[in-house]
Amino acid sequence: MSNEMSNEWPLYEVFVRGKRGLNHVHVGSLHAADDRMALTHARDLYTRRNEGVSIWVVRSEHIAASSRDEKDPFFAPSADKVYRHPTFYDIPDDVPHI
Amino acid sequence: MSGSDTAHDDDHVYLSLAEGHDDGSDARWAFGTGFEDPLYGVDTTVPEGVDAGEVAATCVELADDALVSAQRLAQWCTRAPELEEEVALANIGLDLLGQARLLYARAGQVDGTGRDEDAYAYFRDAGDFRNVRLAELPIGDFAFSIVRLLVLSSWRLAHFERLAAHHDPVLAAIAAKGVKELTYHRQYAAEWAVRLGDGTDESHRRMRSALDQVTPYIGELFTVYDVEGDVVEVLRQVTEAAGLPMPQIPAAHGAGRDGQHTEHLAPLLAELQSVARAHPEATW
Repeated sequence: MSNEMSNEWPLYEVFVRGKRGLNHVHVGSLHAADDRMALTHARDLYTRRNEGVSIWVVRSEHIAASSRDEKDPFFAPSADKVYRHPTFYDIPDDVPHI
Repeated sequence: MSGSDTAHDDDHVYLSLAEGHDDGSDARWAFGTGFEDPLYGVDTTVPEGVDAGEVAATCVELADDALVSAQRLAQWCTRAPELEEEVALANIGLDLLGQARLLYARAGQVDGTGRDEDAYAYFRDAGDFRNVRLAELPIGDFAFSIVRLLVLSSWRLAHFERLAAHHDPVLAAIAAKGVKELTYHRQYAAEWAVRLGDGTDESHRRMRSALDQVTPYIGELFTVYDVEGDVVEVLRQVTEAAGLPMPQIPAAHGAGRDGQHTEHLAPLLAELQSVARAHPEATW
């Protein structure tokens, strides 16, 4: 079984930028033997319905992610810092683009 | 610009991140659809000086190549070595099916019969089909399908590039649309050909065998369209990169364009046409 697993193509994560999007959005995963194949697979699997203008792929193992255990120390402290939102001053009526 | 709320919103670039598309019905799609009609704005009347019969025949020939190829590619569904490749092959088949539909529809428009695309696809027998014989051969192994796709897409692409300047505006528009699709098909096949030819002993052996099986049918392609230089150049590049021998292409024998087919076409059509023929008045 472990031998069989090692023969599998590595997993890639796919990010697609839409026509009107400014950033690439994670859309899913796929298997591919190399970076080039991952791009063509991503093109065939995730842009079939005219979604994208740009694709990023990255080996899943190269993504460092925060873990569930870290959820509280990572994210809970920002929940009560209302002063970090720029809401404590008056915006003059004649100032656009804010 | 006037400082009104509307202008304010339009100028705010970051809003587009949260927005879907202009059409509210697309909101459930992450990226929307926005499909284009390849024939949008194209005049469908046959221009003076264009031989309608010749245009119709050309359309049927090219459509038959595409339909038969699409059917063979569809046979990889549930059989491909990887799920990702299955989708890739099916996508290519669907591109070709789309080309076939447009071409059949154009043929029916200009040949005066008013036949629709189904009449051509489902209610003609093998002897009436004009596809080249390479398209109808069984799918073989993955290597065979890759080599066939490389040859057929290179050949069709070279012809479509010329066809995009055709005097019939509809045929020209169909070809222009097809060029982009075929460029990807050729690229997909070329990448796999290099990967397999330059891969393991087994994949190299299979690619050699596939080249041997495809080569006898290549000559026929060049009697149909004079694009030998383009196709040979592609094959030379790919075989060189893949460490495969450049095939010596023999003279044509037999011609699918004359309705002379291998024994493989009739069973393919029987499967393709069975439902439509069992329910000739059905709509879907």
